[in-house]
Amino acid sequence: MSNRMKLISGGLVKNNPTFVLLLGMCPTLATTTSAINGLSMGLATLFVLVLSNMAISAIAPAVPDKVHIPVYIVVIATFVTLLQLLMQAFTPAIYETLGLFIPLIVVNCIVLGRAEAFASKNGVLDSACDGIGVGLGFTLSLTVLGLVREILGAGSIFGWSFLGGRDGMLAFVLAPGAFICLGYLMVLFNKLFNKEK
Amino acid sequence: MEYFLIIISAIFVNNIVLAQFLGICPFLGVSNKLSTATGMSGAVCFVITLSTLVTWLINHYLLEPFQLEFLQTIAFILVIAALVQMVEIILKKISPSLYQALGIFLPLITTNCAVLGVAINVVTKQFTFGGEPHMLNLAESLVYAFATSLGYGLAMVIFAGIREHLALNDVPKSFKGVPIALVTVGILAMAFMGFSGMVK
Repeated sequence: MSNRMKLISGGLVKNNPTFVLLLGMCPTLATTTSAINGLSMGLATLFVLVLSNMAISAIAPAVPDKVHIPVYIVVIATFVTLLQLLMQAFTPAIYETLGLFIPLIVVNCIVLGRAEAFASKNGVLDSACDGIGVGLGFTLSLTVLGLVREILGAGSIFGWSFLGGRDGMLAFVLAPGAFICLGYLMVLFNKLFNKEK
Repeated sequence: MEYFLIIISAIFVNNIVLAQFLGICPFLGVSNKLSTATGMSGAVCFVITLSTLVTWLINHYLLEPFQLEFLQTIAFILVIAALVQMVEIILKKISPSLYQALGIFLPLITTNCAVLGVAINVVTKQFTFGGEPHMLNLAESLVYAFATSLGYGLAMVIFAGIREHLALNDVPKSFKGVPIALVTVGILAMAFMGFSGMVK
């Protein structure tokens, strides 16, 4: 059991997909215009990651080596389509905001990366834990980045404005702010957790 | 005139990397040297245009008549993966020199979200380009896809040029590698924001 806890906590800091492994950059930059958007994108990816990890670890022994990548992609695409339909039905507003980046979870390197590196070699439960860990790590970094951009760019926290009607620095909500904020957050992360470097 | 607007809009105003955040991983990954950056842009340009052609046809003549639009994601990613494989095999036979030049980049392109992104965009989104909002027809889609990939190449080449100079500078330890690259892209994106509003 403690081993599974380690799998979950490992994804948060040591193997954080955004700040350490540098995977899944496109949704990280594009959907973090506010904390709530970042959080929803993270949770959407978590959903696909856990389910595809479990399915792939279950079918991995039966998949011939030569075609394993196309098979994994189809499995992942199936869960993404499932997610699209679910979101369209239950959270249409969030689906509209995240737009293109929901179908693009298919080509998010985190999902295929975990399938290839972990799920194809481990049991179903372990793979689920790994998916939860990495998914939570991704959600955490997206939420933090979204929070920083929202505070600087719109002057609000999770939609609650503290500027009293004045404007924030709009550039942080637009494209340049995404790159610059992520760059500086990465520096901070390196400083805090990679002291030996 | 409309084609001209599509081209300007796709290359400068809505640059795929700097404004739409697509294809960031290879953008950061292979922009260390100008030569690899050009090679990658060439391969991406080729695959985006070709895959847009095929996915547009599939969507229009197969998925829409049978009301299977919800299968877009699965169908498109399969088409792109198969197409990349096919291009690789054909290039190997027909033009070994071009295959040598693009070789290592081709397999990477399957997971480049710019390709799937453009393919999904042209069949689901309404574009304005100065006139009424409308769905793109085949010719417009192809021009849009080609221009978008040119924009990708432009951003890639500019950034690789900057990065080659950056490598010679003394960068603080925590900033080394990706963080300083991201801050640089941020400033580059700010420069490209100057184009916004040129084409609606």
